[in-house]
Amino acid sequence: MSDDPRERIIICRCNEVTQKQIEDLIDQGITDIEMIKRITHIGMGPCQGRTCIPLVAGIIARKTGKKIEDIKIPATRVPVRPVQMGVLVGDEDEE
Amino acid sequence: MKNKVDIAIIGGGIIGLYTAYELAKRGVENIAIYEKKYTGSGSTFRCGTGIRQQFGDGANIKMMKRSVEKWSNIGEEINFPQLKMEKTGYLFLLYSEEEVDRYKKNVALQNSHGVPSRIITPEEAREIVSGLDISEVIAASWNPTDGKADPFLAVHGLVRVLKKMGVEINEYTEVKEIKVKDGAVEGVKTDKGKVKADIVLNAANAWAKILNEKLGVKIPIEPYKHQGIVTEPLKIGEIKPMVVSFRHGGAYLTQESNGGVIGGIALKYGPTWDITPTYDFMREVAKNFSRIIPALKYITIIRQWGGYYAETPDHNAAIGKIEEIEGYYLAAGFSGHGFMLAPAVAEGMADLITKGSSTLPLEFYDPYRFQRGELREQAIQMG
Repeated sequence: MSDDPRERIIICRCNEVTQKQIEDLIDQGITDIEMIKRITHIGMGPCQGRTCIPLVAGIIARKTGKKIEDIKIPATRVPVRPVQMGVLVGDEDEE
Repeated sequence: MKNKVDIAIIGGGIIGLYTAYELAKRGVENIAIYEKKYTGSGSTFRCGTGIRQQFGDGANIKMMKRSVEKWSNIGEEINFPQLKMEKTGYLFLLYSEEEVDRYKKNVALQNSHGVPSRIITPEEAREIVSGLDISEVIAASWNPTDGKADPFLAVHGLVRVLKKMGVEINEYTEVKEIKVKDGAVEGVKTDKGKVKADIVLNAANAWAKILNEKLGVKIPIEPYKHQGIVTEPLKIGEIKPMVVSFRHGGAYLTQESNGGVIGGIALKYGPTWDITPTYDFMREVAKNFSRIIPALKYITIIRQWGGYYAETPDHNAAIGKIEEIEGYYLAAGFSGHGFMLAPAVAEGMADLITKGSSTLPLEFYDPYRFQRGELREQAIQMG
């Protein structure tokens, strides 16, 4: 176990991404939230980034000096909430 | 941004990045990539992740065989072991005698090129994917050396190595025009300024035609909207291969590395620049996926997105030298196969640029075949 408390701070609960993982990428020069999203899968879980995206934007702003309003938030995808395939199929297949 | 480079590559997707890597490996210095958004943003990050050698023509089989060899080693080669091709196979479910006959011929051709595909029974197919409904399946075409790779890691890994090799990657930099003087390329004009270049490679896929048209180069590449979905994660290993069923709307599905089921069907729209996801697509995916694997009915879809297939009339890419303009090369119009073909295309293109020829069958993708009316047999395409 590392003593770095940032390894215990979960930024993305859906995909279990820690503060340290995000900050390490920024330290490597990867500061575009779109690339951080693709590398760590933040914002791609069932919550669609409702928790993690503002936190990640905050970390980027703090570490790079960018203004938070200048950080373009990644696209939110449909469906807005997870939906079961059976619900979409509907009555058609019901005997 | 440098104002003079040797080779300017338009497009920071998998084709542009991988070609830059192959060129740098051959000792070419002073390469720059221009990407109008961020690397991977156009089509690579929207792709279905599949890598297969089960095509129905010799050229695509040869190219994909070479691609698989390269996909298998790239992670080690660039010291980025997270990037690895998972050889989990491609399983085509067959429902009619006609389909079986056609796939038997394809398998014989694939075997003659050293690809170990074979026709298997429905029961064998269910041993590979236990959740399949095989009640109407009469056979399947199976190749264990096909598979998939993570496009996010592929781009990340290539960008990392390219930066180390001194390749200039310009994101959020859009090429507006290719400059030509006395029949030869002079450079590119971007929204951040002009750059002189001896050689220009147009790897802009869906957008390639826009730049070509400004030069009077007519090669038919049109953007079509295709879509994909991903579900909540399932236990890893439930659906190892890419499962394909033309009976079910051209459906393809597999599990990605975190366990989510990723895939789509062949419902397409276009030509269009609109990639807004459609409800019809999601509903048809749900219907068809849950017929292939009934338990998927209980699984939730968490994301749906759109992207382009940059399609040519025969669904094969346009790759080669543009004869009218000295120093101008094209690798675009991948029709949904750019990610899987990228390593072989990059190798072929790098040899073509540095040595004037390649041992790979690039002539199959000759950009002038459309003009001459020599269309290829349509590539086996899904999604």
